[in-house]
Amino acid sequence: MLMPKPDETVIARRQELADALRDIVPGEGVIDGAEELRAFDCDGLMAYKQLPLIVVLPETTEQVSAVLKYCHKNNVKIVPRGAGTGLSGGAMPLADGITLGLSKFKKILDIDFDNRCVVTQPGVTNLAISQAVEADNFYYAPDPSSQIACSIGGNVAENSGGVHCLKYGLTTNNILGVEMVLMNGDIIRFGGKHLDAGGLDLMGVITGSEGLLGVITEVTVRILRKPETVQALLIGFPTMVDAGNCVADIIAAGIIPGGMELMDKATVHATEDFVHAGYPLDVDGLMIIELDGPSAEVDYLVGRVREIAERNNASTVKTAANEEERVRFWSGRKNAFPAIGRISPDYICVDGTIPRKKLAEVLERMAGISEKHGLRVANVFHAGDGNLHPLILFDANKEGELERAELVCSDILMLCVEVGGVLSGEHGIGVEKRDLMGAMFTEDDLKQQQRVKCAFDPGHLLNPGKVYPELHRCAELGKMHIHHGKLPFPDIPRF
Amino acid sequence: MSDTLKPENAEQLLQAVQWAVAEKQPLEVLAGGSKRAYGRPMQTAATLDLSALYGIKIYEPAELYMTALAGTPMSDIDAALAEAGQQLSFEPPDLGPLLGGAANAGTIGGVVACNLAGPRRIKEGAARDHVLGFHAVSGRGETFKSGGTVVKNVSGFDLSKLLAGSLGTLAVMSEVTLKVLPAPEKIRTLLICWRTDGVYDHGAMTAMSRALGSPHDVSGAAHLPAAVAARSSVDYVSNSGGGVTALRVEGPAPSVEHRAKALTETLKEFGQIEELHTSNSKTFWQEIRDVSAFVGRDDLPIVWHLSVPPASGAKVALSLLEELRGEVIYDWGGGSIWLALAGGDAHADEVRAAVAKTGGHATLIRAPVDVRAETPVFQPRLGPESDVTKNIKIGFDPDGILNPGRMYQGV
Ligand SMILES: Cc1cc2nc3c(=O)[nH]c(=O)nc-3n(C[C@H](O)[C@H](O)[C@H](O)COP(=O)(O)OP(=O)(O)OC[C@H]3O[C@@H](n4cnc5c(N)ncnc54)[C@H](O)[C@@H]3O)c2cc1C
Repeated sequence: MLMPKPDETVIARRQELADALRDIVPGEGVIDGAEELRAFDCDGLMAYKQLPLIVVLPETTEQVSAVLKYCHKNNVKIVPRGAGTGLSGGAMPLADGITLGLSKFKKILDIDFDNRCVVTQPGVTNLAISQAVEADNFYYAPDPSSQIACSIGGNVAENSGGVHCLKYGLTTNNILGVEMVLMNGDIIRFGGKHLDAGGLDLMGVITGSEGLLGVITEVTVRILRKPETVQALLIGFPTMVDAGNCVADIIAAGIIPGGMELMDKATVHATEDFVHAGYPLDVDGLMIIELDGPSAEVDYLVGRVREIAERNNASTVKTAANEEERVRFWSGRKNAFPAIGRISPDYICVDGTIPRKKLAEVLERMAGISEKHGLRVANVFHAGDGNLHPLILFDANKEGELERAELVCSDILMLCVEVGGVLSGEHGIGVEKRDLMGAMFTEDDLKQQQRVKCAFDPGHLLNPGKVYPELHRCAELGKMHIHHGKLPFPDIPRF
Repeated sequence: MSDTLKPENAEQLLQAVQWAVAEKQPLEVLAGGSKRAYGRPMQTAATLDLSALYGIKIYEPAELYMTALAGTPMSDIDAALAEAGQQLSFEPPDLGPLLGGAANAGTIGGVVACNLAGPRRIKEGAARDHVLGFHAVSGRGETFKSGGTVVKNVSGFDLSKLLAGSLGTLAVMSEVTLKVLPAPEKIRTLLICWRTDGVYDHGAMTAMSRALGSPHDVSGAAHLPAAVAARSSVDYVSNSGGGVTALRVEGPAPSVEHRAKALTETLKEFGQIEELHTSNSKTFWQEIRDVSAFVGRDDLPIVWHLSVPPASGAKVALSLLEELRGEVIYDWGGGSIWLALAGGDAHADEVRAAVAKTGGHATLIRAPVDVRAETPVFQPRLGPESDVTKNIKIGFDPDGILNPGRMYQGV
């Protein structure tokens, strides 16, 4: 992975920087011992490792502001880090950069049922928010599979999704306010407990910006009342094509399920061996559909889904008999990654989105890619919204397998783009997909995005080397290219 | 006389903007012109009219998205969606009549550029939440795109959010892709008809908060004080004789039946509950959506829209009505306040001071042009937020070619 060339002069000043940071964040908050730094050498994309120059773990917004102001003045790069579960290398350290971790921002600040929101610090885990309001029958809707570990700040930075985002939206649709510190140390607030921006929607563009625009120090999220009942169906299909058609037919019937997940045969077998969820093993595709709402609605929709499934050749249709069985249906899906981890020494989780109708075509062509490179691919999908997570199985200890796995990954992502999809559905671009951005965007598209970066961080000090393949200097990006248009244009109607 | 450029395709649009850039000729960007009287007034010699860039390019109901050219009339979009049993779930309002113009003159580009949303905002989000992608020409005279046609997408910065609500000050969209969703099978509206004398607005906030905190999936929560309720074209509402709080449930028939019943039970302590069925419900929520009660009100020429924490709605509105003569409509469970005021002054300082107490923002939606010229129409941006806003404008439109000053001076 090619990263921008580290600045040796900054590396040489390491001790001086650490001392200065200790003045801002006293106590244990500054880490510069090689052994302790190792805990931060990668995020969830473990194939790429790099020791950070220094790690700083501030505890207050004022400290974050002072750290950034100092680094801004001293031209030192910053990598923001939440829980480090990101799968695209967004929190991967830089040799000449300071990793700024938000793990000490652990407090939920305000639970407001009247306004149906929670104000929280960014280091709080996604699940902890739901747990804090659970007794009152509320929850926070976006539920990434990593929810016990990942931080809400990281969720905002990645615009994370989960199995329920088909019906309830992604992070961007479920947050109301953000406090953020800019690279120059300025503290800025967007939104609050009210809706919409009233000016440019800066909160909207920050969501999913992968730590390139600022450090998030507080988040206000919308909470929802739990549905009265939740029911899940387990539906097996003889072929993935049948499964794909069933997904399309359910949506076409006007049904938006709470969740609609699909696993292929390899994944079904791996998870069944691991958690014994009771999955049928004689199927090529297994779907979990969750329906929620009042029981009158759920019963009605279960009936309609069952009908549609049967019309699409379903070989098994099982409705959970009770809550325990519903949780068991999900246990396999939720443990799909570790289950694959048991059958393969290493794996890469791909994350592309495709139009739903292309599912069968993409599956077939993916099988071809897998064969071409001689590596197995297991598939899990957020089928409802076309978000694919092919898992590429490989052994990093075998000569050349990592490189081949990377090729499979980029071939699959290029395929997603080719059929009208996108490079990342929810894991972000980071370093992993950075060099593929040109497949989806033109030079002008990318430049326009980077001009937004310049509005927040003109010196490119925040998380450089991530998301964008090429770092254009802001002065360069700002130049106007005048196309000498002449009037009158004969071909534009004028009045 | 003002010069009007009316491109008929994306290539001509690009040329038109490039010409304006080369000539340093600021452009007023419009399509239907239905919201021309919205925002700060501008002095531009040339107009870029997008109304010839129209047509639905791709509509795939099963994929839940539609791509349309920016100048496509909303009436065309609504008709196509209705045919497939779908809708834009954010319920875009038609503010034409409120702003003194014709009904049904809006275009999809205008809806996105203004980031409008109706009563369902509380459940389904605003226009910003439904834009999946776009193609546009920046004030640099360059074509660019962002997003795609799929809902789940974290591939680079989400410029769709930035363009939604930017009032054409950053770039001219040539086409937009929107998420579409199934229209509900059935709609039911519960009305709490307040019988108590005097001010029931606080009670209404409590009732709406109770409903929105219930598991009954309420998709609209509005409150009309007596004077506003009396003006409704729905008899049940206008004849109620007092204030009316309305709560909407939608979805499959059996579910709606069940939830309407359960919600009635939840709310009965607040007063007598009436029900509106699908057709009356549609009329009623359209009135709320389009702020019909304030259309053509020469006695109340000033209209503000306030967005505040929902539980504080009544507090903010009532404190303003103590000082100023006017009327209010509450939507979004109290979080949206439409405030109509008498007289020639917009009273921006009073309005913004009231909002500042709870957090939120206020936008001057309707006012005579001279009032809009001297009043900050959009919530003023301060300190670093103002810096970032200006920097973003410079990134997209450094020479101030596109709708200069329509949102903020210098932006
Ligand atoms: C087993 C597993 C399952 C997963 N399942 C899902 C899933 O279902 N859906 C999904 O969307 N993702 C999933 N992920 C990915 C990951 O959990 C999410 O991207 C998550 O939001 C990352 O949060 P984090 O706190 O770990 O962030 P990190 O990994 O620490 O950081 C992620 C990015 O955000 C930036 N960042 C973090 N905190 C801040 C902050 N406070 N301010 C500014 N920038 C910040 C970082 O610089 C980095 O670019 C999964 C990961 C794993 C390991």
